[in-house]
Amino acid sequence: MAGSQWELPPELCCRPMAFVALTGLDVVYNAVHRAIWDAFCANRRADRVPISFKVLPGDHEYPKCRTKRTSYEWYIPKGILKTGWMNKHLNLVPALVVLFYELDWDDPQWKEKQSECATKVEIVRTSLQGRNTKVAVVLIQKKTPLPPGEDLVASERAATLCNACDLSGKSLFVLPHTDHLVGYIIRLENAFYEHAQTYYYTEIRRVKSHKEFLNKTTHQLLFVRHQFKIAFFSELKQDTQNALKYYRTAYSLVHELRAHETNMLEIKTMAGFINYKICRLCFQHNTPLDAIAQFRKHIDLCKKKIGSAELAFEHAAWMSKQFQSFGELFDEAIKLGLTAIQTQNPGFYYQQAACYSQDRKQQAQQLCQAGATYPSPEPLDTQSGGLDFYGQRPWRQGHQSIDPPDAEKEKTGILALQIKERDVPHSELIIALLSNAVAQFKKYKCPRMKSHLMVQMGEEYYHAKDYTKALKLLDYVMCDYRTERWWGLLTAILTTALRCAYLMASVKDYIIYCMELLGRASTLKEEQKLRIEKNLIKVLTNEVPDAEPECDSSSVSAAKSLWSDRMALAGSNELTIEVQDYIPFIQCKAKFQSPSFHVDQPIQLQVFLRADCPHPVSFNKLSVSLSNQEYNQWCVVESSGQESMSLLPGKTKRFNFSFVAKTEDVGKKIEMTGIEVMLGSDSGRCVFMSWRGAGGDAASTHEALQASRSSRRWGRCLEARQEPDWDSLTMQHSTMIISRVPKISVQLSHQPPALNNEMYCISVTIQSQEEGVAKDVKLTAGLKPGQDANLGQTTHVTLDGSKVCDDTAPALLPDVPLGDLKPGEKLEWCVYVKCVSTGPRVFLFHVAYSIDTTVEGRQIVCKCHKDETVTIETVVPFEVSVKFVSTKFEPLDRVAVDIPFLLMTDILSSSPWPLLLASSSLQLTGESASECFCLRCPPLTNSNSTVATGQYLISWRRYSSSADSPLIQTTVTLPHVILESVPLYIHADVPSFGRVRESLSVRYHIENRTALVQEVEMAVEPSDAFMFSGLKQVRLRILPGSEQQMLYNYYPLMAGYQTLPQLNISLPRCPTTNTHTLRRFLPQRIFVKWLSESSGSAGGRRLHRCSLRRTHTHTNRLL
Amino acid sequence: MSAFLHTSLDVVEEKISAVGKSLGDQRELYLGLLYPTEDYKVYGYVTNSKVKFVIVVDSSNTSLRDNEIRSMFRKLHNSFTDVMCNPFHNPGDPIQSKAFDGIVSGMMVQTG
Repeated sequence: MAGSQWELPPELCCRPMAFVALTGLDVVYNAVHRAIWDAFCANRRADRVPISFKVLPGDHEYPKCRTKRTSYEWYIPKGILKTGWMNKHLNLVPALVVLFYELDWDDPQWKEKQSECATKVEIVRTSLQGRNTKVAVVLIQKKTPLPPGEDLVASERAATLCNACDLSGKSLFVLPHTDHLVGYIIRLENAFYEHAQTYYYTEIRRVKSHKEFLNKTTHQLLFVRHQFKIAFFSELKQDTQNALKYYRTAYSLVHELRAHETNMLEIKTMAGFINYKICRLCFQHNTPLDAIAQFRKHIDLCKKKIGSAELAFEHAAWMSKQFQSFGELFDEAIKLGLTAIQTQNPGFYYQQAACYSQDRKQQAQQLCQAGATYPSPEPLDTQSGGLDFYGQRPWRQGHQSIDPPDAEKEKTGILALQIKERDVPHSELIIALLSNAVAQFKKYKCPRMKSHLMVQMGEEYYHAKDYTKALKLLDYVMCDYRTERWWGLLTAILTTALRCAYLMASVKDYIIYCMELLGRASTLKEEQKLRIEKNLIKVLTNEVPDAEPECDSSSVSAAKSLWSDRMALAGSNELTIEVQDYIPFIQCKAKFQSPSFHVDQPIQLQVFLRADCPHPVSFNKLSVSLSNQEYNQWCVVESSGQESMSLLPGKTKRFNFSFVAKTEDVGKKIEMTGIEVMLGSDSGRCVFMSWRGAGGDAASTHEALQASRSSRRWGRCLEARQEPDWDSLTMQHSTMIISRVPKISVQLSHQPPALNNEMYCISVTIQSQEEGVAKDVKLTAGLKPGQDANLGQTTHVTLDGSKVCDDTAPALLPDVPLGDLKPGEKLEWCVYVKCVSTGPRVFLFHVAYSIDTTVEGRQIVCKCHKDETVTIETVVPFEVSVKFVSTKFEPLDRVAVDIPFLLMTDILSSSPWPLLLASSSLQLTGESASECFCLRCPPLTNSNSTVATGQYLISWRRYSSSADSPLIQTTVTLPHVILESVPLYIHADVPSFGRVRESLSVRYHIENRTALVQEVEMAVEPSDAFMFSGLKQVRLRILPGSEQQMLYNYYPLMAGYQTLPQLNISLPRCPTTNTHTLRRFLPQRIFVKWLSESSGSAGGRRLHRCSLRRTHTHTNRLL
Repeated sequence: MSAFLHTSLDVVEEKISAVGKSLGDQRELYLGLLYPTEDYKVYGYVTNSKVKFVIVVDSSNTSLRDNEIRSMFRKLHNSFTDVMCNPFHNPGDPIQSKAFDGIVSGMMVQTG
């Protein structure tokens, strides 16, 4: 009741619509009437005219109209606006009464019916005595009417009916009951709407006409009333622009009223109503800024109009309502499409409403004493059960003078109001408003505002003694303040939360909040912290803590009994509290001494603890849990017997742990999964403060950052300090266990580069520097995995260097067992690598072994390994070039069939190391080896074609390699050669030299290589250097396949190189073969010595000089 | 009161992000009136390094116009820059500077 006193009346908040009463419809029993009524009511969308319809019986009594006042001279108004007025015009006094009557134009009993209808109209008229309400008649007809003017009967009868009923033609309607009912109804209601508008227009005129009778001294209230009425009628008329104008006038008039304590509430109530209307219309006209401006003006004008000091809470309640209803209007406008912004949204109004509700609550607490009893004759009762005028006091209604008429009544009235106010659920109201505001701020992206309001909500729940909800809200926002590091706010929230936890006797929450309030983030004073710490110790020893200050005494006593119940409960006195996300009073940081440990080293771990509370704090156990739980046993420290470990305020305490890793964990990571500190003891209550990982809390990351900034600046100062700076302590929450450092040397010796296809020897020397025996030494050698995939196919590794390995040999030899290695012992192994392709390769030599060792008295078997890698380039050993020459060493571009020629190979070594080719060796780099082969091409059916000459095999090895190392076969494909066939072949038997004036016999053999008889003409040209005997010119025939010999005796005349006499040969039958082509087969020159006594010196000159090491003169048959 | 400051950061944040999108570096540091409330007027100012200044004025105080507030912020900013330039000051630590305190309390006295 008291809460609803401030609610705006629904007739104020609704949208006024013209009121039209329908009579003569029997909607219960008559289906046709029902259908008509449904068509009026159903589907009233925005496009239909704004009318509110009501079905009333034909003889309905409308509110009586008071007799018109003829003079206002002696009239003193009793109030501004009657409480029933708005409702009267919305729902009771119609603008138009419509009589429905079933009558067809050709009704046989027309006369009787017509008079019945007239009677009914008369009844309605009588009950509307004195009102300007219009009356209309609708004839419900079964027949579809003819177009106007065609039905003469109809127009005649309509005229008589109008006469009988005293209606104008405009007020008589026909409603044919056909298929198109809705269409007719819509036309009907539009006509009704026009009538209603006329009605409201006359009403406005009527009210306006009063104005001239009013005088400013006694009728001030009436000015407001009349303006309000005009505005309201304008609204009913749907003339919102004028309505707004009149409301604005009414608003300024209401503030012109003489205000005093007795009528303050009435003025404010009316001001509030009018303001509401104005704001509503402004939003409706889509001028939200006008609405906001009006509201601000309204608040500024009314803020100070408190009224009676004893009822100050009423003012707060009223203010709260003003903000709330504006917020609702704003919100509604947004739902209809208005856009709000962050700094101007309904949330602010709800928030302010909540704020005033809080004021109201405070004032109510101050003004409404608990002891008073409710006055006996109920002062708030009125005869009518309600008020006559808005905003008046029930005990002095209509009283308008400055002083209350009866001081005693005034007193009891106020007392009654105060007592009523005491029962108002203020907190509920505040929370509802706050949650509205929260919803809005969430929508408009104000997270901090939202948190702030949630804190207020939490506090309100606390005041309403709903501690569970309070804690839920406070807990929710605490972390926001924690992450944004607003310690002052956090402390305030925690203090409230602690009170809640205390009053609920929630042990765990109580401990958590104590811990945080004692911590470094708390801005509490020292004595507060001392008190809290004392309480915390009490809880830990299972005692009831002292009450928090500022809790009311009744709640405290309830809480005390709750606490003693809790303490009496046996068991369940162990609590684990995850403190990572708080800022607890004990800080914890832990680290592994190093990010990695060798398996043969003890793993060292340090835990640092520090207390921020004012008193030293003692604890009984510290334990670290690790990812491998087997190590946990080594990382526990417990107080022995009676003595507990204690932390001094502000001092850092360090705990060292060390343990030996298991050999299985090599290559694995050990992580700290949590740290626990146990406070209290089994005898009282055990509280485990538990940190995840390596400790730290909600604030430590930022502190570390801050510390690193300052240490960068003050690095030197820091070095000077003895104790490590807490903030700059870094946490190391994991460590790697890595294998023991091998004490073994692996050396590689080889002679790079590797030569293509050779068995490249890499010698591996493994020497143990261990103090014990290295067991199970294993060598993995070969191509390092992870290189180009092709290399795996073109690389072959073997330990057997005695023969050339084949393609089946792998690229990597895994785990070659080498046995045990005593201290100092040395092993040497050769690994042979065959690289089929050139280019660089990375080879890996991995030696693994195991060894027994002791760490801190524990025997462990460690696996160690040592890796060596080497990059080896592979090159081709030599390049081979081949050329064809004639037997006279003339280069040949084509080869004659069946005639010997020479093949010469030049082998150019590109190896930096000397090579041995088969059995002879090449000593110098860049030197070339040439071999000569004498070849003859067999005759072929298709002459003048190219033929493949085959392959050239070279067997070789490094010169430096041992004699039993295998020879490597390198195959060189020889170039193709062009073949030609010659019909005639001529060669000469010539001695290697001649002597001056000694006969020199030369025999020419002429062979016919064709299947035809060849005729040969031969002539010897004279020469200065020779005399000769034999046929100078001859013509002869040679049979196919046979040869002719010609013998000449030359007689040299001069010494030295002499050109032999030219032989001219021609084949008349074979003109393509001429002297020139044949001459190349013959020797051109001969060396002529002096007489025999000088033969020694001449003999020193050889016919050929070359650097041949070896000359093979094979007569190979090609192909 | 600090809750009040805290909530005003919502608007600061929104304003910065809105400005950041459009103008980039050439940002007006003075953000103007942040919040309409019943009792106070809150003004905001954000430096280029996102240091935020907030001035809260009693709503009834009408002597301070926008321009005065703006110049107060400028003064504050200059003084703050001086503090930051002090090699003995560690950014993030509470400001302990007599000069800065003097400027601030000078403003308080001036506005009454």
